[in-house]
Amino acid sequence: MTVAQPPTTPAPPALELSKVVKSFGAVVALRSGTVTLEQGSIHALIGENGAGKSTLVKIIAGLYRRDAGTIKLRGEEVDFHSTAQSKAAGIAVIYQEPTLFPDLSVTENIFMGRQPTNRFGRIDRKAMRAEAQEIFARLGVSIDPDRITEGLSIADQQIIEIAKAISLDARVLIMDEPTAALSGVEVERLFAVARSLRDEGRALMFISHRFDEVFALCDTVTVMRDGSYIATEAISETSVDELVRQMVGRDVAELFPKLPAEIGDEVLVVEGLTRTGVFHDVSFSVRAGEIVGLAGLVGAGRSEVARAIFGVDPYESGRVTLAGTALPKGNPRVAMARGLALVPEDRRKQGLVLDESVSRNVTLAIRDSLATAGLITNRTENAAAAVWASRLEVKTASLDAETGTLSGGNQQKVVLGKWLATEPKVLIVDEPTRGIDVGTKSEVHRLLSELAQQGMAILMISSELPEVLGMADRVLVMREGWLTGEFPRSEATPETVMFAATADKEEAK
Amino acid sequence: MTATAPAPAPDTRTTRTYKTYSNPLWRRVLLTRESAVIGLLLVVIAVSLAVVPNFDSPLTVTYLLRDIAPILLIALPMTLIIITEEIDLSVASIVGLSSVMTGILTQAGLPFPVAAIAAILVGTVAGVINGFLVTVVGLPSLAVTIGTLALFRGIAVGLLGTTAVTEFPEFWSDLARDNIPGTPIPGIMIPFVVLAIAFAILLHFTPFGRSLYAIGLNKEAAAFSGVDVGRTKFLLFVMSGAVSGFAGVYFTLLYNNARGDNATGMELQVIAAVLLGGVSIFGGRGALHGVIAGVLLIGTLGSALRLAGVTSDIINVITGVLLVLSVVSASLLAWLRRRRISAIGKKKERELAAASSS
Repeated sequence: MTVAQPPTTPAPPALELSKVVKSFGAVVALRSGTVTLEQGSIHALIGENGAGKSTLVKIIAGLYRRDAGTIKLRGEEVDFHSTAQSKAAGIAVIYQEPTLFPDLSVTENIFMGRQPTNRFGRIDRKAMRAEAQEIFARLGVSIDPDRITEGLSIADQQIIEIAKAISLDARVLIMDEPTAALSGVEVERLFAVARSLRDEGRALMFISHRFDEVFALCDTVTVMRDGSYIATEAISETSVDELVRQMVGRDVAELFPKLPAEIGDEVLVVEGLTRTGVFHDVSFSVRAGEIVGLAGLVGAGRSEVARAIFGVDPYESGRVTLAGTALPKGNPRVAMARGLALVPEDRRKQGLVLDESVSRNVTLAIRDSLATAGLITNRTENAAAAVWASRLEVKTASLDAETGTLSGGNQQKVVLGKWLATEPKVLIVDEPTRGIDVGTKSEVHRLLSELAQQGMAILMISSELPEVLGMADRVLVMREGWLTGEFPRSEATPETVMFAATADKEEAK
Repeated sequence: MTATAPAPAPDTRTTRTYKTYSNPLWRRVLLTRESAVIGLLLVVIAVSLAVVPNFDSPLTVTYLLRDIAPILLIALPMTLIIITEEIDLSVASIVGLSSVMTGILTQAGLPFPVAAIAAILVGTVAGVINGFLVTVVGLPSLAVTIGTLALFRGIAVGLLGTTAVTEFPEFWSDLARDNIPGTPIPGIMIPFVVLAIAFAILLHFTPFGRSLYAIGLNKEAAAFSGVDVGRTKFLLFVMSGAVSGFAGVYFTLLYNNARGDNATGMELQVIAAVLLGGVSIFGGRGALHGVIAGVLLIGTLGSALRLAGVTSDIINVITGVLLVLSVVSASLLAWLRRRRISAIGKKKERELAAASSS
């Protein structure tokens, strides 16, 4: 583990966390959270999902209390018991999805809970409005302070949160993935605001998955991995490759064991799939032995496309062809019988019957083929379940344990086992590694790779860019219901994929 | 957990073996709600035999089984419906409608078997209407069957008014009342046992039965596993209508009486017995032997108390209390189990914390 020294400056750092620990029961979310925010500087915090960034932010915000470690604010040790204390100390956190009162005006939202009063103890609307206008002018944005908040874009809502922070004279601003839902122009405006705040001497922390943004905006960067501090570097002295290596702890190729597979014929062909308002004219194909990654932001319509193909959701026009024959609309039963399997996005709601046993869950999708003369018994179910549980190394006390008592990773293995038991030709996996531990994650990746090698066609929907880039032979990108990019493995880079996923349609085309 | 480096040779993995069950057989069989209901039934029978005069007479058995036969019959499809987290409140009205159809058609001069089959078909159509409204239109079954409860009853009463048909071919009414030769058991138990076995196989030993539990516990996951939730529920309502229609024919013959208000309120007796038998009103839990024991328990208790000279008001109170207790005990047991599981979790947490701090 390489630990670079943070750059030293004479002024005490605005905020300094050192070896902060937080665990939830047996799960350690944060092993050693260490980060230093200098005044008048923008600091990036990066790491994979589950690296502990959000936990760190919540500790700073006063939502969680740390188990160990120190937090220093301008050189003095502090301890926040509530969000109010953190706020009072001059720390403001701006989340991805701002939480404003939609029916109140912009001004009222900025001053919520601490409205200025006049001599008679009444709310001084004039002063409030004037200050709001003054802040917006300083930020260089034009938002009408009198309009109601409902209907404002996410970007504008974030600006209001920032305005709130400034009116509180927050010295430390934490922005947790603020750009995830913003368009290119909006990101630029946010960056302009962030730079002006930096130039006023405030300390900013910027959390993002997008390297281009980190390099464009930030002065220094801290990398986290598996809940631990890895390194802090000046932006000018590092590179994307270096950061990726630090984030994943090893080379991408090593983390995602992509095995060479023989690419065969097209097995799944999707043509012009459309459901108004959800996805439009989606066409692609998946070949035997091929892993096709489907990347994009959350809400781009990827899961909806997968569900429509499988038949649990409707679609208006278009055609799905499986192994040469057209698949009827809205009939998962036929899709399954023809060799299509879908490991859904939400394993707890869609993938599993949590109150039923591991055995029943593994055999639910193959219940018809397990029956002899129409009859099914616990014995045949248990035998089939044991095969798949051991093949996937599911950790469970017994086959009749309720699936809900298993850990997230093992639940995911049960879902995978359930669908692999149907011996599909085409496997669609939707966020196959979301919310599971790193060890299980690499097991899942290895499994998918092996299945492709055995000739299975795999469509992998994932919001984790390294996973998509590491596993896929070909990467498809969706944005707002449209397919906006297709890259062979050699051309798929974080930049090209992210651009297709976020750029305006006109730009991408 | 630290990431293990991906093993280059996948075949070095150890194959795990699994215990099929975490508890021994006797615990899985005896410590269930179904066994508790059966146990309670045996206790009630034993106590009644000891203290209630005339309870041990064969006539008691005959009358008891005759009277609860319609409930036993309808409880079979009702169990399946409640397991899928739906309900059918219109069953007693279908019994009434079927009874009236039997009477009118017999009075019109049709041969009795034809009238009976027509009545069963009418019941089936009533089930189709319920199923259509619940699965195709997508209304909640509680609301739909409250509506059809009134609708079917209204039609039944409207068709016959305050009159009743009381003339039925002797051969058929005798058949409905006769015992199995040489036993005190009424003949209606033969079709019941056949149906009970069919429903038990359907629920416990077929892929269809598996899908019912999945629907009751998680509709969405069931649909994602290729279960046609709508079609399945539709079939259940049709079955319920058909069995209720059959029960209506039996009811008519048993009392030699076709009236619009026959079997009024029986839906609640059926549902009470099903819940007492261990079927969860929230769906996904329950077994048919428990339900049968539940019906027998309510029937036996009522019969014994009547023989002991207890008035019907008190009997109602006792059955009501029993039902409330059974529902409360189910929730209580579930709560205790959750507490036990979370206590185990906390113990593990403490152990881990102790291990990591030392």
